[in-house]
Amino acid sequence: MTDSSLNISIKNVTKTYDKFYALKDISLEISSGEFMTLLGPSGSGKTTLLMVLAGFTNPDYGSVKFGEDEVILKPPHLRGIGMVFQNYALFPHMSVEQNVGYPQKLRGVSVADTNRSVQEALETVKLAGLGHRGVDELSGGQKQRVALARAIVFKPKILLMDEPLSALDKKLREEMQIELRQLHDTLNMTTVYVTHDQKEALTMSDRITVINDGELMQLGTPNEIYEHPNNHFIADFIGESSLLPVSVKKGLVFFDGAEIKISTPVKNDGDFILVVRPEKAFITSENSDNVNIFAGIVLDSIFQGESQLLVIKLNSMSKDEVILRVRVPNGSVTQVALPAVGQDVKIGLRVADSYLVS
Amino acid sequence: MGGAILEKLNEEGLQKVAFKERLTLLGLTLPYLIFVAALIIIPVGWLFYLSFIGRDGGFSFENYERMTKSRAYIRIFITTFKISILTTLICAIIGYPLAYFMSQLSRRWASICMIGVLIPFWTSLLVRTYAWLVLLQKKGLINNIALDIGLISEPIKFVHNTTGTLIGMVHIMLPFLILPLYANMRSIDKDCLKAASSLGATPTRAFWTVFFPLSLPGLTAGLLIVFVLCLGFYVTPAILGGGARNHGSDENFQ
Amino acid sequence: MGFLNKNVSETQIRLKDRLWLYIFSYIALFLLIVPSMVVIPMSFSASQYLEFPPKEWSLRWYENYFFSWKVENGFNDWMQATWTSVKVAVLTIIVAVPVGTMAAYGLVNGNSRISKMLFPIFISPMMVPSILVAIGLFYFFVQLKLVGSVLGLVLGHSLVAMPLVLIIVFSALKNYDMNQEKVARSLGATRFRAFREITLPQIKFSIVSSALIAFLTSFDEVIISLFVAGGDNSTITRSMFLALRDQIDPTIAAISTILIIISSGLLIIMQIIGTKENKS
Repeated sequence: MTDSSLNISIKNVTKTYDKFYALKDISLEISSGEFMTLLGPSGSGKTTLLMVLAGFTNPDYGSVKFGEDEVILKPPHLRGIGMVFQNYALFPHMSVEQNVGYPQKLRGVSVADTNRSVQEALETVKLAGLGHRGVDELSGGQKQRVALARAIVFKPKILLMDEPLSALDKKLREEMQIELRQLHDTLNMTTVYVTHDQKEALTMSDRITVINDGELMQLGTPNEIYEHPNNHFIADFIGESSLLPVSVKKGLVFFDGAEIKISTPVKNDGDFILVVRPEKAFITSENSDNVNIFAGIVLDSIFQGESQLLVIKLNSMSKDEVILRVRVPNGSVTQVALPAVGQDVKIGLRVADSYLVS
Repeated sequence: MGGAILEKLNEEGLQKVAFKERLTLLGLTLPYLIFVAALIIIPVGWLFYLSFIGRDGGFSFENYERMTKSRAYIRIFITTFKISILTTLICAIIGYPLAYFMSQLSRRWASICMIGVLIPFWTSLLVRTYAWLVLLQKKGLINNIALDIGLISEPIKFVHNTTGTLIGMVHIMLPFLILPLYANMRSIDKDCLKAASSLGATPTRAFWTVFFPLSLPGLTAGLLIVFVLCLGFYVTPAILGGGARNHGSDENFQ
Repeated sequence: MGFLNKNVSETQIRLKDRLWLYIFSYIALFLLIVPSMVVIPMSFSASQYLEFPPKEWSLRWYENYFFSWKVENGFNDWMQATWTSVKVAVLTIIVAVPVGTMAAYGLVNGNSRISKMLFPIFISPMMVPSILVAIGLFYFFVQLKLVGSVLGLVLGHSLVAMPLVLIIVFSALKNYDMNQEKVARSLGATRFRAFREITLPQIKFSIVSSALIAFLTSFDEVIISLFVAGGDNSTITRSMFLALRDQIDPTIAAISTILIIISSGLLIIMQIIGTKENKS
């Protein structure tokens, strides 16, 4: 495996623009053959970090190693990476084959070998036979595949992708997500993938790095990030969580004066946030020991195809409205009658699913 | 890291790389910069400097005093400004409706009309000035036609006076007004006008309250360009205005 | 007259309400194009005097241009002036296009704050009245003994042609997706090679257009030539101007006709190039 991919070691990378931190002391290890996603809202610094890896942005200081090799001072063309851009950036004055063969031409590979590797790359991305087409004759999805073939034709050990699917429509995007992941598993190159789409990140990645305001927020597997966000920002950014303000006194947790139980105890006192995933909350009528109960009134009920989203205003003494979103699957066997808008309801959340962040 | 001194890895090397990159890009603009500095900034700056040097070689406002005291110079200045303002105004009166007309056409027809603006734009200034000389002179085409149909009994003097200068200058300046104005009018969102009329504005009102204010940036740019070019214009006044010597920039030549 | 009730704008204005605008505009367009064209029939006149329409036709003024003789004011003959103009215009392309293109690339890719500062300086040769530029150049070239030399003319003409090259190439590069160059560099091309193999082929039409415009600018330039040219190196426009100040020589009609043909020809080539570039 080590011959087809390299690990990436990022250390203390910092980039400022005037006094503004685009990247703030980022350190990160990406293992060989890993699919790592850099996830964050726009302007968070995720693309800047990718450009630092590619060599198009010079950080103020820091180190980037590909394997044992320090590359931070190398110009982009000597880094040996494959790269796919957001808008494909295909060369319109070249045919598909010429596009894909360009890296080989730059490397002085013989015509015969180039042709062979181009055919191979086109087959890998399922475009065999389209080599003679002009770039304008391709659909968006096909362009994306050509861009990908061009980035992998010389078998780079590292592949960088900057929101490659954002220009495609939803259905195609979801298909391509699975294909890209399969492609990564066959070729096994270390992949760094930038996206702002949390669903995409959760679907494709081995691990996810969440970045916000130039800082590394959390690094973990999709499951860890989703189930155990380590702060308010990630809890809000990933999924459609409702965030309830709670306070902790002497190890006891209170929401709106009433005590609630949580899965993992917190040590220090103060104000915290209870993260409620809409699919984890449910409508209930009975009290139970291992379930926290919240009472409220239904503000809105939205049909969303496979599920119904209820927007519930919790009864609370605080002057700020506390809103809780609950997702009820449609047509499930255990379905309870949906409450009408304006009706009082009780919402249950299992203690095991009650998770606090600061 | 906790408390440890943060090591700024590769800081020096990265600064060098960034510096080299900036130098490369700046270096590409350097030949141009030298050109402009050597051939515009230095010579024009030097002229400016010379204007403050008196007969004795010291610093003085002598030249400017002489200028403000001399009737001839003042007259030249006034004429220059008068002709420039008149030309600019006439250009606006002809150019605005024409640009508006073109902006309302379909792209295809507009680009055909655009050729009408571009042909004079790219025809040599001298050729156009010469053509007006041919048309406007005493025995020229216009006088001949007017005489033939009995409109006038004696040829009118068009050239070697202000009239000739104005006609020639308007013809040459008009494209400079139309091009920015047309580009501006094209970019005005037509839905704004639809919205105005849907809210009950008459077409005339919609034009004056919506379209006209939106076209002002283009108009201002065009007027400014024309006025500045007029002030420094030399060729046409020298030939069509000739003899009368009534343009400031012509006087510079002496 | 049903067509008069046709809507001609977004705000339901009918053609008959707009008739004055149509008539006005067509007259204005007519007056923009036609006056320059009167020189064409005049140039084929046999008469010494400028009569219109000419009573007799001949090619004598073309003969006068091609096969003679002294310009009346006695600097040099028309062919030599034409040759100087062509030489200077071609050299202007060679100087202005690379310098302008390099600067455009530097401005597009460089630090945006510095670019914003440099841009107005770079188009200043267009903004400063050319009479001022000409006088300044004259004094400067006197010191350098460049007055009356081809080099002086080329420098002067490049100065006024460069802003046009800059604007054309700059806007071509702005419309161009620089990510393509980045892709090429990430795939292993040096910056220069990426520019040559990826960017250049895609902006080549703009560069050719800018070269044609540089040629035309130099060829038509009068004022700087008046001050800077001299001796054996008069340009065609300078000779024309000097001839025109005193009398109306019909030879000038012949030369004007040739100039009109050259500029319309170049304009047509540029239009064709323009549509080609838009397609690709």
